[in-house]
Amino acid sequence: MGQRKQQTLSRKNWMAFTGLFLCSFLVIHLLGNLQLFLPDEKAHQQFNAYSHLLSGNILIKIISYVLYASIVAHVVYAVIITVTNKRAGGIKYHYDRRGAVSKWYSRNMGLLGTVIFIFLVIHLRDFWYIYKFGQLPLDAQGNKDLYTLVVAVYSELWYVVIYVICMIALCYHLLHGFFSAARTLGVYHPRYAQWIRVFGWAYSIGICAGFAAIPVYVHFLK
Amino acid sequence: MRIRLKVWRQESGDDAGKMVSYLLENVNPDMSFLEMLDTLNEQLLQEGSRPVEFDHDCREGICGQCGVMINGRAHGPLLHTTTCQLHMRVFKDNEEIFIEPFRAIAFPVKCDLKIDRTAFDRVIQSGGFIAVNTGQAPEANSIPIGSPEIEAAFDAAACIGCGACVAVCKNSSAALFTSAKISHLALLPQGAIEAQDRVIRMVDQMDKEGFGHCSNTEACEAECPQEISVLHIARMNWEYNKAQVLKK
Repeated sequence: MGQRKQQTLSRKNWMAFTGLFLCSFLVIHLLGNLQLFLPDEKAHQQFNAYSHLLSGNILIKIISYVLYASIVAHVVYAVIITVTNKRAGGIKYHYDRRGAVSKWYSRNMGLLGTVIFIFLVIHLRDFWYIYKFGQLPLDAQGNKDLYTLVVAVYSELWYVVIYVICMIALCYHLLHGFFSAARTLGVYHPRYAQWIRVFGWAYSIGICAGFAAIPVYVHFLK
Repeated sequence: MRIRLKVWRQESGDDAGKMVSYLLENVNPDMSFLEMLDTLNEQLLQEGSRPVEFDHDCREGICGQCGVMINGRAHGPLLHTTTCQLHMRVFKDNEEIFIEPFRAIAFPVKCDLKIDRTAFDRVIQSGGFIAVNTGQAPEANSIPIGSPEIEAAFDAAACIGCGACVAVCKNSSAALFTSAKISHLALLPQGAIEAQDRVIRMVDQMDKEGFGHCSNTEACEAECPQEISVLHIARMNWEYNKAQVLKK
């Protein structure tokens, strides 16, 4: 087995495992952020307290490292897979209409992923970095005032627009990614394959609509 | 009808190759696509030029020999149809038709539209069989198999190995072809015995041939003349993962 040059299936397995782990993270992240929809005063206190709780928990810290590793592994494997696939194609077709038989987002996961990656850099710089390493004033209870930062950032309309666009990219990425991961891991039973497809649709739209609604809500109603 | 052709011409594997234009008058709409190519070759022979080489055999859609990219689609614009079963009535009068060989590093062009698909043979040789002593045919009822299992296995076995799945795949993956054989044998009691070894050997060979990764775009199923289901790919993944975990 030592001289194996490629391992297409094991690479795809890593993509699926890391992708699904990131999917589960999105659920927790969204559930936590739904607190921003509470009435102003309550949201302010509760959101800051929640952020403080997360940053102080050792278990969360361990999971966060797994999360960073998953993002890095997902990106690295994506690059390796894309490069290998390009090489496997050989000479390009002069006239190429192959796209007519598959969905555009299933063929452009790399592009969608790049948009998400750029979004992640912006998003982490604006919130995660400032919360961890920057100077944030404290609220009445002595917690770092992340809430005020969130409201300030989302008061910019162009920022809200970028967020919504990135969430649409994420939605398409998940739409293909979730069901594709299940296929890669081997869900071949037609009934469950169909369930996963439907669940994947509901999951992708639910998650992305939820995330996109937060900046819109904060911008227009806070 | 009148057809304007743009055909990939390549002297040999080492030649760079290029698209060459031809004009074909008096094409009968009821001709098959290969008969249209025959007509083109008659014309080229009369002009004293080298005819276009292309693979073909049964011309009734079951052998898997023919297969070219027609206007950017594997086996042409119809779904689930081999090149030989495509007819000229599908095209418009005076239409320009691009004809190119199936492209993949694992399928090198030998001449014009003819490609070397022995990579598929080597994938099958690596494990697409059951090891039995030859001799008299065994008693048919000695191994009980349910009718649904037979049908499911036969659906997978229907693959004709034309290579359209690889040609249409943006990653040039041979997952549908390889998985059809793995699934076919894994579904039957005779094949189940060697399932674990088989899947690892066949997937390794598929990778060695230089095919790409499957990213589940499902384009292969749409173009497959035998409508082989992409769920076979999922079964191959399942069998592979199971084999990797359980292998001794």
